[in-house]
Amino acid sequence: MTIQYNQSDPEAAKPARAAFYNDPAVRAIFWQVVVVGGALALVGYLVSNALENLARQNIASGFAFLDLPAGFAIGKGMLDYDPSNTYLRAIVIGVLNTIKVAVAGIFFATIIGVLVGIARLSPNWLIARFATVYIESLRNVPLLLQLFFWYALLVEALPVAREAYGPVLGFYLSNRGMNVPLPHDIGFLGLLVGIIIFLIAAIWLYRRNKRIHDATGETPNTLGPTLIMLVVFPFLGWAAGGFPTDFDTPALTGFSFKGGGVVSAEFMALWLGLTLYTATFIAEIVRSGIQSVTKGQWEAAGALGLRRSQILRFVVLPQALRVIIPPTTSQYLNLTKNSSLAIAIGYPDIVSIAGTTLNQTGQAMEGIAIIMAVYLTLSLSISAFMNWYNKKIALVDR
Amino acid sequence: MTDRTAPHEDWSRPPAATTGPVGWMRKNLFSSWLNTLMTLLAIYVLVTTIPGLFQWAFIDAIWGDNPPEVCKNVPGACWSFIYEKYRFILFGVYPYEDQWRPLVAMIIFLTLIFGSCIKPLWALGKWIFVIWAVGLTVVGMLMWGGFAGLEYVDQSQWGGLPLTLFLATFGAVLSFPLAILLALGRRSDMPAIKAICVVYIELIRGVPLISILFMASVMFPLFLPTGVSIDKLLRAVVGLIMFSAAYGAEIVRGGLQAIPRGQYEAADAMGLTYWQKMGKVILPQALRITIPPMVNGFIGGFKDTSLVLIIGLFDLLYTTRLAFQDLNWRPYYIEGYVFCALIYFSFCFFMSRYSQWLERDLAKGQNY
Amino acid sequence: MMQPIKTIALTFAAVLVAGQAFAGATVDEIKERGAVRCGVSGALAGFALPDSQGVMQGLDADVCRAVAAALLGDATAVEFVPLSAQQRFTALQSGEADLLSRNTTWTLTRDTSLGMDFVGTTFYDGQGFMVPTSLGVSSTSELDGAAICVQSGTTTEKNLTDYFRATGMSFQPVVFEGFEESVTAFVNGRCDAYTTDASGLASIRVSNVSNPDDYMILPEIISKEPLGPAVRNDDSEWFDIVRWTVFAMLNAEEAGITSENIDSFKGSDDPNIARIMGDEPGMGASMGIDDAWAYNIVSQVGNYGEVFERNVGASTPLGFQRGINALWTQGGLMYAPPIR
Repeated sequence: MTIQYNQSDPEAAKPARAAFYNDPAVRAIFWQVVVVGGALALVGYLVSNALENLARQNIASGFAFLDLPAGFAIGKGMLDYDPSNTYLRAIVIGVLNTIKVAVAGIFFATIIGVLVGIARLSPNWLIARFATVYIESLRNVPLLLQLFFWYALLVEALPVAREAYGPVLGFYLSNRGMNVPLPHDIGFLGLLVGIIIFLIAAIWLYRRNKRIHDATGETPNTLGPTLIMLVVFPFLGWAAGGFPTDFDTPALTGFSFKGGGVVSAEFMALWLGLTLYTATFIAEIVRSGIQSVTKGQWEAAGALGLRRSQILRFVVLPQALRVIIPPTTSQYLNLTKNSSLAIAIGYPDIVSIAGTTLNQTGQAMEGIAIIMAVYLTLSLSISAFMNWYNKKIALVDR
Repeated sequence: MTDRTAPHEDWSRPPAATTGPVGWMRKNLFSSWLNTLMTLLAIYVLVTTIPGLFQWAFIDAIWGDNPPEVCKNVPGACWSFIYEKYRFILFGVYPYEDQWRPLVAMIIFLTLIFGSCIKPLWALGKWIFVIWAVGLTVVGMLMWGGFAGLEYVDQSQWGGLPLTLFLATFGAVLSFPLAILLALGRRSDMPAIKAICVVYIELIRGVPLISILFMASVMFPLFLPTGVSIDKLLRAVVGLIMFSAAYGAEIVRGGLQAIPRGQYEAADAMGLTYWQKMGKVILPQALRITIPPMVNGFIGGFKDTSLVLIIGLFDLLYTTRLAFQDLNWRPYYIEGYVFCALIYFSFCFFMSRYSQWLERDLAKGQNY
Repeated sequence: MMQPIKTIALTFAAVLVAGQAFAGATVDEIKERGAVRCGVSGALAGFALPDSQGVMQGLDADVCRAVAAALLGDATAVEFVPLSAQQRFTALQSGEADLLSRNTTWTLTRDTSLGMDFVGTTFYDGQGFMVPTSLGVSSTSELDGAAICVQSGTTTEKNLTDYFRATGMSFQPVVFEGFEESVTAFVNGRCDAYTTDASGLASIRVSNVSNPDDYMILPEIISKEPLGPAVRNDDSEWFDIVRWTVFAMLNAEEAGITSENIDSFKGSDDPNIARIMGDEPGMGASMGIDDAWAYNIVSQVGNYGEVFERNVGASTPLGFQRGINALWTQGGLMYAPPIR
C-alpha cells in the first residue's frame, strides 16, 4: 500500500528536524571553534612566554640583526666575504652553498641511480649482484655516518697541499680539496654563449625531428647535425671572444694554492655522501618502476625484434617514467633536506651559518625561521618543477 | 603407430653447453659481447679489491687486547680498538659498573620489537599495547634506577645503543597516535581542522630534521615559563615525535584513501558516529595496509636518530666518534666506523627484509 | 582502540614531565637541586678536561667548585656540562647551565646582547698562532696566504681578519664547528696554522698532538682575551655570589692564606683576615650564604695562586708563568676589591 502524502497538509510535508545540538553542521562549527580556539590559546601562551623570556634576557627581537657585522668567518665560497660583512650576506652565502650542493647532488644522484637501477635488473648475474650489494650496503647505514666516513677518508688519505696530486690538466688534488683552473679572460663569455646557442639549437632539432617522425614515420638524422653543431657553435663563440686561452691556473706558492678555483674537501665529501646515498633510493624506485611495466610489453617488443636496449629506451622506460617521477621527487626533496647535515662536516650551508648566527645573536626564533623559510622555498620550487614535468609526461588518454 | 613416448637412441640430451654451471654462465654472464665485457670488468674489480679487503680485515688484522703501539706496526685492521672501546661505544658514559642495566634494557627493547613482528602474536590484539607499556616502564625503571639498591643515573648520562633504541622506539611509538589524528584531521570535512593539519604536515615535511631538532633544543626553553626547564633528551624525543608524526600522517592518509568509499558509506548508513566508524571499521583496515610503509618509516627513524649528535646527545654514532678522539686511537677511525656501520646495517637490513616479507604476506588472499 | 593508546600516551607524558623542576631564581633552583650546573669545555687541558677517572680537572672547573663551596658548602656539588663553542651561550640562556666557566672572552656584545653578564676575569689571555715546526715559520708576519684553522662562534675569527687586514696580508679561513675536528684538521695538514687563545694553543700542544716538539707557538699576541665566568643576567644574587667567589680567591692569595695554612689563621686579629675566615659575621649573610663561604672556598679548593699553579702553572705540562695573571702586588693585573 503506497503512502499518500496529503499535499494540502503543510505540517506532514515537512521532514523531521533533528535537535539543535544534533545537527551535524552545528556540531562541525562547534568542534572547529573548540579546536581553533585551543590551538590559538596554546600558541598565544607559548608566544607570550617566549616574549617574556626574551625581554627578561635582554635579547633583541626582529630582523634588525641582519644589518650588523657578522663577526664570524666562512670558508672560501662563491662570493667574497669577511667577518665584517653583514649577517645578511653570510646567510645569502649559506643559501647559495646549499643550492650548489643540492643541484650537484640531484644531477649526479639521478644519473647514478638510473644506471644502478637498470643494472639491478640486468640479465648479467654479476652486475645485478654488484648493484644489489651497493644498494643494500649504503641504504641501511645512516647518512651522517657515511658523511663522516667520506670526510675522514678525504682529509686523512689525501696528501697535504705541499705534496698534492697533480697537476693533471691544471687540476690539483690535496686534502684541502681540488684546485681547478678557471677561465680568466672575459672573452670566454663568447664560448659560454656559443654553448648555450648549441643547446637551444640541439633541443630545437630534436623536437623538429620528433615531429617529423610522428607525422611521417621517417627518422631524419639527428646525431650528425648535432655533432656538427657541437663543434661549430662553441668554436664560433670562442672566436667571437677573440680566441682567449688565458686560464687562471692554481700554483703552489708559499703555503697554499693561489689562483684558480677550489672545490673544498667538505663540499666533495658532502656531495659524494649525498649522491651515493640518494642514488640507492632512486635505484630502487627505478627498479620498481621498470618492474611495474607488465611483462606483456617486454614480450611484445621482443616479438617485434627489438634488442633489450631498444626495448628499454622505446617501450619500457617511457611507461616506467610515470611511476618513477613522484617518488623520485620526494627523493630530490630528501636530498635537499639532507644537505643540512653539512653542519657536521663543516661545510657552510644555510643551517650551519644560521646556526652560528643564532648562537651569536641569541635570536633563536629568527634564526630558525630563516632556516625553515629557505627550505620551504626550495622544497616548493623542486616540487613545482617536478609536478610540471609529471603532468607533461602523463599518459594522455585517447 | 610407433610409440613416440618410449626413449629412442636418436633422442639426445640438450647440448652440454646449455645446462649445468656452464650453461648458467653462458646465459647469465657471457650472453652477449657487452655482457662479456661487463663480466670481465666486474671480475677484474672483484679480484683487485676483495682479496685486499679480506687481507686487511682478517688476515693481517690484530684481534684481542693490545695497546695502540702494537697496532701501529700492524698493516691490517686494528680490531683491538673495538675490543678496548666497545663498552664505551655501546653504552656511552653510563657508569661502568652499572652497564648491565642498559644491556638488559636493550634486550627488553629488542624482545618487544621482534615480538611485535611475529604474526601469530598479533592475535593478542589490544594486549600488545599493555605489554609494550609494561616493557617500556621496566626499561625506564632500569635505566633511571634510584630504588632497590640501583644507583640513580640521570638521563644526561645515557648513551650509545640503548639511547638510539630509546629515541627510535619512543619516536615511532608515540608519534603513531598523533599521525592518526593528523591524517584524520586532514581528511576531515571541517575546513579549520583540515587547514591546521595541512599546515602542520606540509611545514614539518618541508624542513630538514636538523632544523626541527634545533628548534626543539633551542626554542622549547623559550616557550616555557620562567624557571621551568625541560631535559635535553625530552626535547629531542619531542622533536623526533613531531617529525615522525608528519610523515606517518601521510602514510596513514594513504591507507585511509585505499579503503573503498563503500565502507565509509556503509558505516554511516548503520548510524555509527564518526569515532565509532573510524575506530571499528576504517582504521583497522587502513592500518593493516599502512604496516609495511610504517616499518620503512621506522627504519628511516632509526637512522635519523644519528642526527641527535648535533644537539649533543650521546647516541651510537657520537660515542663511536668520541671513542677515537682519544689521542692514542685516533688513526683507527675506519675500524670504528665499520663497527658502527655494521650495527646499524644489521638492524636496518633485518627490518627491511622483514618489511618485504610482511608486504608479501599481507598481500596473500587479496585478489588484486 | 584509541582509548588504550591515549591513556598510555598521557601516562608517559606525565611521567616524563613530572621530574622537571619548577623553581624561582637560580640560587633557589641550585639549592633545591643540590648542585651547581657548570658549563665547561670538557676538552681543554688545564681548563676543563676529565682525567682518567672521569673527574673534571682544570682552572675553569676549580672556579666552578669554588662557587659550589661558597653557596652549598661542598666543592664536589657540581654537575659539569660539556659545551661546544657554538652551543655555550644558548645553553646558558636556556638554563642548561647555571654558570658558564668555559674560557670565554669578555666582550661588549656578549655582555650586553646575549642575556648574560660576566662576573670578572679569571685568566688574562691573548690570541696567538701555532704552526708545525716543519713549516719553517718563526713569526706571524710570514703567514701571508696561509690557510688557518679556526673554530666558529669564537672571538678568534674577527680578530684574525682584523689582524691580517691591518698587516696587509691575506689568509684562507678553514672554519670548524667542533674543537676536535679543528685540531684533527690542523694535525692532518688541512691548514697551515691554528689560532686561538695562547692558553688554548699551549693546551693543544701538550695534550692533543702526538709530539709537542713538532709544533711551535709563534711569539705574537694579536688581541686581548680576558677569560672569565658568566651568568645569566636575571639573578643579581647569583651574580654577586659568583663574582665574590672569584674575588675571595684573589683576596686570600693576597693575604697569604692557602688551603694548607688556613686553619692557622683562625682567630686572627687582622680584621681583613677575620672577615675572610668568617670569624667576623655579615659578609656571607648579605649575599644570602653562609658566613664561612670564603673559608669553604679556600679550604676545599684553594686560593687563586694554588688553583693557577695546580692546573696551568710552571710545574704542569702547560708551564705558564703568572705573567699578567699575577697579583697586582707582584706586577700583574689581578686586583680584587676588598671584602668588607
